[in-house]
Amino acid sequence: MTITIETVQHIAHLAKLQLSETEMFRLADEMEKIVGFADKLSELDIEGVKPTTHAVAVQNVLRDDELKPSYDREKILQNAPERDAACFLVPKVVE
Amino acid sequence: MNQSISAAEELAALTAHDASCRLAEGTVSSVQLTQLMLDRIAASQNNAFITVNPKALEEAAAADARRQKGEARGPLDGIPMALKDNISTQGLRTTCASRMLAEFVPPYSATVARRLSEAGCVLLGKLNMDEFAMGSTSENSYFGPVRNPRDPQRIAGGSSGGSAAAVAENLAYFTLGSDTGGSVRQPAAMCGVMGMKPTYGRISRYGVVAFASSLDQIGPITKDAQDCALVLNAIAGKDLYDGSSLVNPLPDYLDALKDGAAGLRIGIPKEYMGEGISEEVRMAVERMAGLLEAQGAIVETCSLPRTEYALSAYYVISSAEACSNLGRYDGVKYGYRTQAYANLAEMIEKTRSEGFGDEVKRRILLGTYTLSAGYFDAYYKRAQQARTLIMEDFRKVFHQYDVLLTPTSPVTAWTLGQKHANPLEIYAMDVCTVSVNVAGLPALSLPCGTDSQGLPIGAQFIANTLGEAVLLRAAAAAEKGGRA
Repeated sequence: MTITIETVQHIAHLAKLQLSETEMFRLADEMEKIVGFADKLSELDIEGVKPTTHAVAVQNVLRDDELKPSYDREKILQNAPERDAACFLVPKVVE
Repeated sequence: MNQSISAAEELAALTAHDASCRLAEGTVSSVQLTQLMLDRIAASQNNAFITVNPKALEEAAAADARRQKGEARGPLDGIPMALKDNISTQGLRTTCASRMLAEFVPPYSATVARRLSEAGCVLLGKLNMDEFAMGSTSENSYFGPVRNPRDPQRIAGGSSGGSAAAVAENLAYFTLGSDTGGSVRQPAAMCGVMGMKPTYGRISRYGVVAFASSLDQIGPITKDAQDCALVLNAIAGKDLYDGSSLVNPLPDYLDALKDGAAGLRIGIPKEYMGEGISEEVRMAVERMAGLLEAQGAIVETCSLPRTEYALSAYYVISSAEACSNLGRYDGVKYGYRTQAYANLAEMIEKTRSEGFGDEVKRRILLGTYTLSAGYFDAYYKRAQQARTLIMEDFRKVFHQYDVLLTPTSPVTAWTLGQKHANPLEIYAMDVCTVSVNVAGLPALSLPCGTDSQGLPIGAQFIANTLGEAVLLRAAAAAEKGGRA
């Protein structure tokens, strides 16, 4: 599998990462090697084999929907990069 | 060396259970132990700690006060310990060794942190690691690499390198790490201490920063099997805040230590002893097998034929889950935010590009690629099918054996910077540990001698689901064999 600069660009866009040209060339090369390594899986006969999502099966865990106190708003907002009163502040998203 | 220095060295080198006896006898206080650890942390050059807890001595004084009133909480009350820096601690910054979270102060504590605190442990601070636990060397840290206390020119292993180095250098009586593909066991092996990855779900992950959610598990790093059992007793069990934590009843893990090796059925999977494993490592593991056999264990060679696919399956699954888990770092609610931006999209992209290091970006891109349109079936789904086959292999051998014995790492600690040029070469070093996470099994690494350069070698025991007790039984017997 060849990983082109265009592929890296596309993937980086999906992953919300900005890459410099140097990074892009390096990553195309590294990803090609890593994906080539993952291609080892194509040797496996997986006909009819069920995929495993979790090694230890746990069923849906349900609980009663009871009202409980949650974390203090002020404490949560202390980690905000930018805030305004009780809100997280972000650049304008609607015109 | 004058007498008071060597007395302090001796006190620092105690196991947690021996330190606990001294506390119970009243020959030492928690404040003394804590001050000793803080002094050693301040003097250490190995970069095991990212943050020291300014309230450690206060916590120790509270433990001493409880004891004086006859209200000591149990064997870990007053014992100074430290946590990997991806375990949230209320009011004490939790960085994941990333620029992204360099200033993050959690509003709540992880369940494991809370349980240890309730057991009376003193939190010394937060331990260095590979950024977001991605790596096998603890060099991928925003705060600089961890050095191996056995040889500071070498890596401590990773990703819980700080957790292993701190125990090896006697900077804490025990620590917790996290293990997604070997991140507790491999650094423990490279630093010459013990590290356990329990069964997936045995310990709550609430408040632990997620890397690969179907693989992550917390584990103790200790000086011996008895300490490992003590810590497990304190932190294992169901947690309402973690839906994946298991309800299965908990044994007293200390009971397992007495059983000895007689009659223990040990399988050595041949796929773990062949090509790529250094001769010295293979011989050390065989020597340990011999010691256990001499104590009455039954040792045989067995086979896990699909082992060679575990590494590829692991990197596909873990990167896919990581790229999803790390989607939350957008500079909006917490963490780093870039300085200058024209709009929201640019703010998020620049925040992520400046906040994450190279290895994290590599995994995010790999995960995004394998999950993207047209590749999902070839990679992610196929890796999950390989996972089913790898689990089947284990299920078969556990009909015949109580534990499997393998090397933890194919080689001993390498020089800092040695493998920077080729990420794949570092990934390949995880070959002995990843299948355990893929199958959700418990495993433990313990020291089994040193190589010709004096570097520690680790042996790994693997047990069937919820087999932590038999791992401790095997480890305790191996320790005894080593001393005899």
